[in-house]
Amino acid sequence: MPQRLTTHGKGLRGLALATLATISLALVLVFFYAPLDADQGFVQKIFYIHVPLAIVSLCGFVFGALLAAGYLRTGDRRWDMRSYVAIHMALIFGIAGLITGSIWAKASWGHWWVWNEPTLVSYLIVLLLFCTYQPLRFSIEDPERQSRYASVFSVVAGAFVPLNFIAVRLAQQYVHPRVLTLSGGHLPGSMQVTFLISLLGIALLYATLWKYEMAAKNARSQVRRLRRTLLGEDTMRPVGRSAAPS
Amino acid sequence: MSVLLASAPALPLGKSGKFVAAAYIVFVLVILIYVAIMAVRAQRLEGELTELQHDVEASRRGAARAAQPEPHAAQTESVL
Repeated sequence: MPQRLTTHGKGLRGLALATLATISLALVLVFFYAPLDADQGFVQKIFYIHVPLAIVSLCGFVFGALLAAGYLRTGDRRWDMRSYVAIHMALIFGIAGLITGSIWAKASWGHWWVWNEPTLVSYLIVLLLFCTYQPLRFSIEDPERQSRYASVFSVVAGAFVPLNFIAVRLAQQYVHPRVLTLSGGHLPGSMQVTFLISLLGIALLYATLWKYEMAAKNARSQVRRLRRTLLGEDTMRPVGRSAAPS
Repeated sequence: MSVLLASAPALPLGKSGKFVAAAYIVFVLVILIYVAIMAVRAQRLEGELTELQHDVEASRRGAARAAQPEPHAAQTESVL
């Protein structure tokens, strides 16, 4: 019986165009609409790229954990693939967030990194935790065990993200500004609109790249399946150990 | 766009401008590197597809050749 084809590429063009439009709009708003910050001046413009990157990366880790829970519930390896790509993308966004944050710290505080700042250190811990995800996968050869162990790791590490966030929020001493709160935050209207559009743009970029990588991985596995069906198992080139789900 | 640029206030691109530019360049670079890696992978996939196409055609030709009776054997049969 032929396996059902999954079409992750469907709607990708529309999503990519929406991402492009939103990020373009966000850039225009950042540089030509949002007022200069009274305290930090022009350097504060980094806020519109750094904070959305950090938020989207943390949400990406939680998204990966939810998808991994889907694998543990169903045993369907497609969920593992989705979780793998979600965490992989979140790591890329996280690294970009970390570098932009470091540049902002240097411009604003005079240091590339401040070790006694809970927000920075906790974010680094989360990022380093998820950096071990790929080596963990790579260390397990059996695909079934690889998927299962990686999914358990993703769920546990994903649950750590909101816990970590709450712990940092409850911390008393920090130099990191608190501009986003449940009561609306301390941003003026024009800055808030700009920030929300930037956040939407980065979230759409994450969704587009996730979908794009899923489509690419799906196409690759379909080519391999086709080769196996048409030419037999003996024509398959041996696949080396890989961190990515096959 | 030109109207927007004309009406926009001048950006204070002093010392702080360099940091802002660096942050946005990092973002663009990360995305560009990712897209380049994905482009290489897509190219590799395209190669695999072409290879598969050749293999399938070769396999079909081989099967068609095997299905045809050999001309020498057919002649011998007719003589007999």
